[in-house]
Amino acid sequence: MNNIIIYIETEGGRIADVSLELLTKGRSLANQLSCKLEALLIGNNVESLSEELFLYGAEKVHLAQDKRLEFYQTLPYSAITIELFKQEKPQIALFGATSVGRDLAPRVSSSLMSGLTADCTSLEIGGHKEAKSGKEYNNLLYQIRPAFGGNIIATIINPDHRPQMATVREGVMKKEPLEKAVKGKISSIDVSKIVTDSDFIVQIIERHIEDRKVDIKGSPVIIAGGFGVGSKENFKLLYDLASVLGGEVGASRAAVDAGFAEPARQIGQTGVTVRPKLYIAVGISGQIQHTAGMDQSAMIISINNDPAAPIHQIADYAIIGDLNEIIPRMIKSYKQNSK
Amino acid sequence: MSKKFKIVVLAKQVPDTRNVGKNAMKEDGTVNRAALPAIFNPEDMNALEQALRLKDRFPGSEVLLLTMGPGRAAEVIREGYYRGADGGVLLTDRKFAGADTLATSYALSMAIKKISPDIIIAGRQAIDGDTAQVGPQVAEKLKLPQVTYAEDIQGFENGKLTIKRRLERGVETVQCPIPAVITVHATAPDCRPRNAKQLMRFKHARTISEEQDNEHNSYLPLNTKESLRIPEWSVSDVGGDEINYGLSGSPTKVKKIENIVFQAKESKKLTSAYEDINSLICELISSHTIG
Ligand SMILES: Cc1cc2nc3c(=O)[nH]c(=O)nc-3n(C[C@H](O)[C@H](O)[C@H](O)COP(=O)(O)OP(=O)(O)OC[C@H]3O[C@@H](n4cnc5c(N)ncnc54)[C@H](O)[C@@H]3O)c2cc1C
Repeated sequence: MNNIIIYIETEGGRIADVSLELLTKGRSLANQLSCKLEALLIGNNVESLSEELFLYGAEKVHLAQDKRLEFYQTLPYSAITIELFKQEKPQIALFGATSVGRDLAPRVSSSLMSGLTADCTSLEIGGHKEAKSGKEYNNLLYQIRPAFGGNIIATIINPDHRPQMATVREGVMKKEPLEKAVKGKISSIDVSKIVTDSDFIVQIIERHIEDRKVDIKGSPVIIAGGFGVGSKENFKLLYDLASVLGGEVGASRAAVDAGFAEPARQIGQTGVTVRPKLYIAVGISGQIQHTAGMDQSAMIISINNDPAAPIHQIADYAIIGDLNEIIPRMIKSYKQNSK
Repeated sequence: MSKKFKIVVLAKQVPDTRNVGKNAMKEDGTVNRAALPAIFNPEDMNALEQALRLKDRFPGSEVLLLTMGPGRAAEVIREGYYRGADGGVLLTDRKFAGADTLATSYALSMAIKKISPDIIIAGRQAIDGDTAQVGPQVAEKLKLPQVTYAEDIQGFENGKLTIKRRLERGVETVQCPIPAVITVHATAPDCRPRNAKQLMRFKHARTISEEQDNEHNSYLPLNTKESLRIPEWSVSDVGGDEINYGLSGSPTKVKKIENIVFQAKESKKLTSAYEDINSLICELISSHTIG
């Protein structure tokens, strides 16, 4: 009761990274709150995945298995989640901000009348005193997210409703297994008691899931281009630099919207979050929605001909000038100096 | 007999967050929406197009816009008319103020019950919040199935819509009985342009409040005015439990708003001169950051 429950998303028989990241975060929240960390795993033949959840600190796995639950479907999955939350009364429930999590979590929150905050970039525990009534609350979940086009950072709380629910994008939290798995328990949910035939009225008739082709997240060096790069053709400069330095090419949303780069390369609030060893921002102004996805990089180099561009302020090295001159010089210099 | 649908499109007037300046913020940390251009939320436009395509395929169908907001959000209904919608309702009441997504969904669902449509179509999310919560929450409040991230409503057969969905790593096609709530993804086709005839005909469409506020339409004959009237509904029109509206119906509270302050990091400034670039690259190599 009153524990933290992480919704576990699976994909092709494996656990989605975002769920492991949330377990990692959930562990530290559970420590602070002196409560337990639990997982909810729904699917067909997924029991064996529990081991991995124990390795990430889940002390209990609520397991719902049924052959009809092979793929995510809103109605049966939400029915199970709602029922479990009614029974277990978790104080916090976290979901990945994925196609699945963003379909499921609002449905659950509406049914339970509990608040939900989307796309949190940070989760903390803290207190609150209500100005009007003077009522004090302890140990609330601060759900922190950029809002309003990213010009503000809002801290959202749900003082009176449980669970406190939030979604978090993949890559925002760190993923860290324990050295040794906890000795967790599996608690089976009786699916047939919860799910009825009418929960399957929406039928999947075709599914076509592509493996992610571009994966910039794991790259230690990222060269990210923005609208300032000017064209798809000119992005070649960045690919050249990336291949020389052994990195990947990322992009701002403006560059993706303009068709300079594929959506899978987008970095930021509505793209992927990266924390490479080296991030080179090329022709990117540095709006918060972009920097939210890269400001944890170990080293940032900005290349922008506008000295006032905000990106320069978070850079370790700010190169003020024309990218069309600078990048070829970087390539040349690297070729000369590396053996 | 060909099928006819009554379709409600949920649309929101949003501040154009792509253009927020410092002066758009009020001192208390809330956004001064009045200082920003108000636009028809982009994905709601994609939703409207899907509705209009259904109407094209099933003549006699009716497309109605439902929007919740202040008086000026009536513009959303007019815009819908210009592009081929048949009407709309503005849901407006001070009691809605301070609503989070849940209280908003409650209000919308009460209005939808009153309209009782066959299909409800909304944009996936609004650019001022990017939460994508209202569609699924409306569906839950109405106890209807939901199909999120639709890219194409492909057809209707045997009582079911066939819908192609865009997921983050692929596509999925589902069949869903109606009534249902569908949210439309930005990758769906853009909305058709305004139709000149519709524009001429409906540019004088007004809510009663708008008529009272300005004398704009005063020269129009009364019956023309009435035929062009955009209905305004308040809490008393849609009913429901007042506690579920506005602030009191919102479990989430904003504790704090911070303006973005960039971390003051010591950044070294370099020029584009080769010497500068070269010394930087050498430094990166010797620190093993690259190479
Ligand atoms: C809800 C929401 C979510 C968003 N999510 C994201 C997101 O996930 N990721 C994201 O990136 N954005 C996101 N955005 C958009 C974000 O607000 C910015 O619009 C976007 O990041 C700007 O991209 P940019 O820096 O490439 O373009 P611009 O702001 O147009 O900047 C281009 C820069 O290039 C420089 N430049 C031009 N020519 C040259 C040259 N020859 N040499 C050097 N420099 C040059 C200019 O000085 C300028 O600073 C989001 C916005 C909203 C409202």
